[in-house]
Amino acid sequence: MAITQAEVEHMARLARLDLSEQEKALFCEQLSHILSYMDQLRQVPTDGVPHTSTVIEQSNAFRDDIPTPSLPVQAVIANAPEAVDGFFVVPKILENP
Amino acid sequence: MTYEAVIGVEVHAQLRTATKLFCGCTTTFGLAPNTQCCPVCIGMPGSLPVLNKRAVELAIRAGLALNCTIRLSNRFARKNYFYPDLPKGYQISQYEAPICESGSLDITTNGHAKTVRIRRAHLEEDAGKNLHEGDAATSRVDFNRAGTPLLEIVTEPDLSSPEEVDAYLRALRDILKYLDACDGNMEQGSFRCEPNISVRPAGSSDLGTKVELKNINSFRFVKQALAYEIARQTKVLASGGVIHQETRLWDPEREVTVVMRSKEEAHDYRYFPDPDLLPVEISQEWIQELRQSLPELPAARAKRFVHDYRLPEYDASVLTASKDLADYFEACVRLFPNPKIVSNWVMGELLRELNARGIPAQRSPVSPECLAKLLQLVDEGTISLKIAREIFPELYASGKDPETLVHEKGLTQISDAQVLEQLVEEVMRQHPAQVDQYRRGKEAVLGFFVGQVMKASGGKANPGKVNELLRRKLASDTPSGS
Amino acid sequence: MSLVKLSLQELQRLFTCGEISAFEIARAYLLRINQVEPKIKAYITLTPKDQLLAQAEALDRSLKAWRKTEPMMAMPLAIKDNICTEGVRTTCGSIMLEHFVPPYDAAVVEPLRQQRFFLLGKTNLDEFAMGSSSEHSAFGPTKNPWKLTHSPGGSSGGSAAAVAADECVAALGSDTGGSIRLPAAACGVVGLKPTYGRVSRYGLVAFASSLDQIGPITKTVTDAAILLNVLAKHDPRDSTSATVPVPDFTKSTKRKDLKKLKVGIPQEFFTDGLDTEVERTVREAIAELERLGAQLCDISLPMTEHAIAAYYLIATAEASSNLARYDGVKYGFRSKETRDLLDMYCQTRAQGFGPEVKRRIMLGTYALSAGYYEAYYGKAQAVRTLIRQDFDAAFQEVDLIATPVMPTPAFPLGEKLKDPLQMYLLDMYTIPASLAGLPAIAVPCGFSSAGLPIGLQIMGRPFEEPLVLRAASAYEQATNWRKKRPVIR
Repeated sequence: MAITQAEVEHMARLARLDLSEQEKALFCEQLSHILSYMDQLRQVPTDGVPHTSTVIEQSNAFRDDIPTPSLPVQAVIANAPEAVDGFFVVPKILENP
Repeated sequence: MTYEAVIGVEVHAQLRTATKLFCGCTTTFGLAPNTQCCPVCIGMPGSLPVLNKRAVELAIRAGLALNCTIRLSNRFARKNYFYPDLPKGYQISQYEAPICESGSLDITTNGHAKTVRIRRAHLEEDAGKNLHEGDAATSRVDFNRAGTPLLEIVTEPDLSSPEEVDAYLRALRDILKYLDACDGNMEQGSFRCEPNISVRPAGSSDLGTKVELKNINSFRFVKQALAYEIARQTKVLASGGVIHQETRLWDPEREVTVVMRSKEEAHDYRYFPDPDLLPVEISQEWIQELRQSLPELPAARAKRFVHDYRLPEYDASVLTASKDLADYFEACVRLFPNPKIVSNWVMGELLRELNARGIPAQRSPVSPECLAKLLQLVDEGTISLKIAREIFPELYASGKDPETLVHEKGLTQISDAQVLEQLVEEVMRQHPAQVDQYRRGKEAVLGFFVGQVMKASGGKANPGKVNELLRRKLASDTPSGS
Repeated sequence: MSLVKLSLQELQRLFTCGEISAFEIARAYLLRINQVEPKIKAYITLTPKDQLLAQAEALDRSLKAWRKTEPMMAMPLAIKDNICTEGVRTTCGSIMLEHFVPPYDAAVVEPLRQQRFFLLGKTNLDEFAMGSSSEHSAFGPTKNPWKLTHSPGGSSGGSAAAVAADECVAALGSDTGGSIRLPAAACGVVGLKPTYGRVSRYGLVAFASSLDQIGPITKTVTDAAILLNVLAKHDPRDSTSATVPVPDFTKSTKRKDLKKLKVGIPQEFFTDGLDTEVERTVREAIAELERLGAQLCDISLPMTEHAIAAYYLIATAEASSNLARYDGVKYGFRSKETRDLLDMYCQTRAQGFGPEVKRRIMLGTYALSAGYYEAYYGKAQAVRTLIRQDFDAAFQEVDLIATPVMPTPAFPLGEKLKDPLQMYLLDMYTIPASLAGLPAIAVPCGFSSAGLPIGLQIMGRPFEEPLVLRAASAYEQATNWRKKRPVIR
């Protein structure tokens, strides 16, 4: 299935990727090529076939509600591009999610 | 034309676990920024979530208390979006299959009963907090809250007034507090409410365009914001306008709702099953075990208070609103089996002190035993009711035993006949004119004499005995001066 | 014989009985790395020489009093750079994490540290393990020790090349769709992808969570078993970690026959696209399995042809979500001088990720997006079920399945960069075991006429690594491929 330039732009926005015009064109072509290969799956009858989202046949991996030590705040922010007074700092947030 | 409001409510209740939903960091409120964080809850590369069993139990308990069906096979899903307070770029939540479904909660507004249907309640993790400071070009992010377990509880659009929403929220909060599932603190954000509201011509069965309200962090604001929004929407519709589907924020300063700035793009959260977590299989045995551990809930308890203790409905509802207070009341009644007197004291003196300091009954410096002893002292006639009321604040402040305090302050009531007789005679001697008046038939003067004797005794004379003695003396003695 | 030519098993023996010191081991490997690393480029980060020698000296000193050793003590290993190491930067081959220093060790690193192993360095990989050639690394490609103009395979190309070039005695890799087995085959070494859940993923930087698995890349099958003994363990920090008993895997490598074992040969793995030299070599290897006592069975895994399509939808969908955390807020790269928050996100991710990662994020976002979820991601998950059912049915009949690892021998660097789909098709034989979560090993089984190594893949039932290791070991000992080493020039 071919993917349109508009769809490429929509995906890039959802994924927070700033793409150049060349990248958009290239992805448009490459993703269309890849997706048309994926379209072979349509031939496979899967009505009533359960989905596999993990192959581990276990359930209920629980943790008891017992505190474990947190990281020192210095370690929490050690890798931060910008931090002040123990806070992470980002460009001003104007919008809500 | 008249209009009616149709309201549904989404509540995010922080579950009262010691640790976060997927890691062992603590959930205590108000600590220094980013001090309750680990690789898991700040989404460090390579970290993995492990589900807190207690959070699942609390969700099931809440579901059972809300008459929900508990889903036996659960999966967590990822809700994908970007926001600075969301460390992983996705929130672990439940999507198609919430743990609790199809429940209900009964509320009463102005004596009118209503059943509010609960559509669903699901488990998810909380986000961190973004802090904006004035004109700064930056915002700050604190992940202490990130990963705290939330139960999102969603009603059907069954509510029709701000008062009903208020009643629903209070009833829901009381239940969650009874279950020890949530501390219900709206101001601290542990109990957050987002109503959605639409307005339609009265009697219509079509639903209008709904607006979501956010930034409501007190019960007062809920009522104010809804009242404002109903008026706003009604005005728009009445003047032929249209309501836009949007999210509006309550501005408590200006007491209005304003449109929230939001990403222009349509939301596409791309939910999919989280491959890092296994299915949660809930057995019937587990549900049964949790059902049996449920405490008596507020509505049932209030009913029992009316029936067993013969309390007025008002008293019963006040006393059972919090589990702490109801427990306090019952403990006190066991020691002093006069429910109405205990109720008066708990709702009056005790609550006045507790509320003034925002202290739960559980931590009252005056224990149920202590209050019972005080009431016992009144009952025995050791102190007067008036004195009991007067010393209550001191009792509360000092935490002393009532008997000790009464002794220390020399407040024991004077019931000794000889002492009282002397007092009465002295008062009669000082007020011969009033004695005459009484004897001529003006019995109302008796009150004057009682007051004088009480005053002379420093309030300690037993008023019953004084009364009795005065009547006898005034009647039997010969008129003065004759 | 030079110390660096020894296998892990041999090196362990010499060190344990005190014939060689930790210092000698460290010095020999430092020398070797010094000689060949400029040509191979297996490592992104090397442990500083002085630090390593000091660690070795301290170890020797502490052993003077009482020689009590642990299995991995002084064993010089390399670790793929998507496995977190406390205090040592973990880049994932990406600009995004170029300076990221984890505050914690991955679960697999903990026992190695406790046993005082030598971390020689962190090895190169395709960015975030996305690729089959190790060319998609922000730090440049690794070269194949057998032919420096060729790719070592990927994504664990740095680990496989380091083992093949004697730049470490053994290495850790990670396998999502073949990332251990492909480079092992391309570099002529042994690579084992354990059963999904056998080894904790805690601390492995996620690419596709339902497929990722850490495993050993080694010089011999026994070495793989020795290392798996250290790696395999239930870990409560990884919810998908299996709660199954862990045997001593080295026991399985002691038998030299394959009597009473049924080995399935799936016809779908020998079709168009399989290089004739590779086919001939693998068929010879399968004949050898028969000589060792195995009973061969022709089987069919009909869903094989759809495995790549299903895999690349599932893996990219999970990746698009797993890589959302790289947003310039908490750690890693942040683009400078951006207009606002949205611009900061978009520029950071555009500049921090390379083209293949962006391509996969785009594909995965598409597969999960409204309107396409059922047609792509949902469909792929259903096909994944069918692929598992194929294997379930086959394993009713046979104990093991033998196939090629890669459709061709190692290919020249740059050859497949232009066409992403051609690169994806390289994974056609490794992906089925990944989707089904099965244990699978790549073991050297010969060479092409150009002198490039070719690998044999042996797959087993879930948690039957012992059987997989037994077959691979018996085959290895019956053949001499291991004795041929690359000459690096």
